[in-house]
Amino acid sequence: MHTTENKERPAQNAEQGKAVMAVRNLYKSFGSHKVLIDFSVSLHSGENVVVLGKSGSGKSVLIKCIIGLLKPDSGAIEVLGESIPDLNDEALDAIRMKIGFLFQSNALYDSMTVRENLEFPLRRHSITLMHEDVDQLVKDALEDVKLAHTIDMMPAELSGGMRKRIALARTLILKPAIILYDEPTTGLDPITSREIIDLIKEVQQKYHAASLIISHDMNCVRMVADRVVMLIDGRNYREGTYAELIQSEDPAIKAFFE
Amino acid sequence: MLRSQFWKKFFEETGEIARFTGRLFSQWFKPPYEITEFLRQCFIIGYKSLPLVMLTTFIMGLVLTMQIRPFLIDYGVESQLPAMVGIAIVREIGPVITALIFAGKIGSSIGAELGSMKVTEQIDAMEVSGTNPFKYLVVTRVLAATFMLPLLVILGDAVALYGTYLGVNMSGVTSFDLFWTKVFRNLSFSDVLPAFVKSFFFGFAVGIVGCYKGYYSKKGTEGVGQSANSAVVLSSVLIFIIDLIAVQVTGVLGLN
Repeated sequence: MHTTENKERPAQNAEQGKAVMAVRNLYKSFGSHKVLIDFSVSLHSGENVVVLGKSGSGKSVLIKCIIGLLKPDSGAIEVLGESIPDLNDEALDAIRMKIGFLFQSNALYDSMTVRENLEFPLRRHSITLMHEDVDQLVKDALEDVKLAHTIDMMPAELSGGMRKRIALARTLILKPAIILYDEPTTGLDPITSREIIDLIKEVQQKYHAASLIISHDMNCVRMVADRVVMLIDGRNYREGTYAELIQSEDPAIKAFFE
Repeated sequence: MLRSQFWKKFFEETGEIARFTGRLFSQWFKPPYEITEFLRQCFIIGYKSLPLVMLTTFIMGLVLTMQIRPFLIDYGVESQLPAMVGIAIVREIGPVITALIFAGKIGSSIGAELGSMKVTEQIDAMEVSGTNPFKYLVVTRVLAATFMLPLLVILGDAVALYGTYLGVNMSGVTSFDLFWTKVFRNLSFSDVLPAFVKSFFFGFAVGIVGCYKGYYSKKGTEGVGQSANSAVVLSSVLIFIIDLIAVQVTGVLGLN
């Protein structure tokens, strides 16, 4: 029934692409609570990697370290050849233009219309664009998520699924090389969830971006992942394709797939 | 034990606010300047507070006049009513009442807005979009609050004095010209200047406390509510403390 499953995608195909992101031996603690312990993961161009872990396992902390919102205690994070923890604000701003981030809560600006929300990253990233170009980019991004008619609406007027799609449009507007998804289907009904998953795949095909998806939604993992990284107890517990992991006899892994 | 915890928390929070204020000053003059956002905040914080300030100060002027009149009649100095109420409004009641109303309206709204933005990751999204959220959200709001409150105080004083004029005429007849002559003859530069200057500090206190409480809001809707509430309480207390200090300073400077 699930015609779009990625079971058959061999992980090694993705591995052949150029590495666009590498996290090595990452440690992050909050006080005495160790969240990430010697965690490593890599992402190659055109690849979809899902980091799978239960709630509170440090998935969002990982993604925020990658985008530079949190500083790791130690370890290396290289994105498109730049070491994220070592960048100054200006360099970080430049690299962030190449990374899209879909927040778990969508993070749409309540006081702005959909148009203004989408224009915001274009205007703030010191990009010199004509008014008509900005307008066209906004319309194109909204067309991609099939919500062109919402351009002058406020986020409060949209449903949860629509808000997620608008947030995705804002993520895509700078045509990023890497897209980070923080729990893209959390809190959505199964139908909307499926729509978002299809949209993620469409976006992947259209922009050929590498995607790191943080999730604990097994449907999302099955349908999107080229490779799955199991984040358990702050560590990279196991890595493999969905097909490989579902056959595992390890109770810690089986708990996710049952 | 509980008392020591209270003081520990008090000093910790005082230190955090001081650090937050230091960060504000370090970013205040650094480009890029968020002029558009600053002007938008001036409109929201200043212009949109105008009706509430006008209404409350008008009632305050009217009620104050009606309350004081009987005492002045007893002492046979009813003719001094415009001068007395005028000085009270301009020197003390106008700035303090306007600042308290401002704290209730603007302090809570900044605390809730930034708190909600924090909880829904909008502040993080801003940072990812190449924007310094501290500069864009905090500096603009604190500056707008600092510069808008003195203007509101001046307008509020004028409306309160108009309320006083109506109050004076409720039980007697005083011409418009005579009323204003009596008010201004008894007002001096040393009455107006300290009141005007301290209202900048009131505005700054409301802005910085609202932003601090919102920016470091705890997660969840309860955290947003607490941010809004504590922003109003703390900024109101600060208004009285600043007022007390201002009275002492004007005394030392010989402006009392």
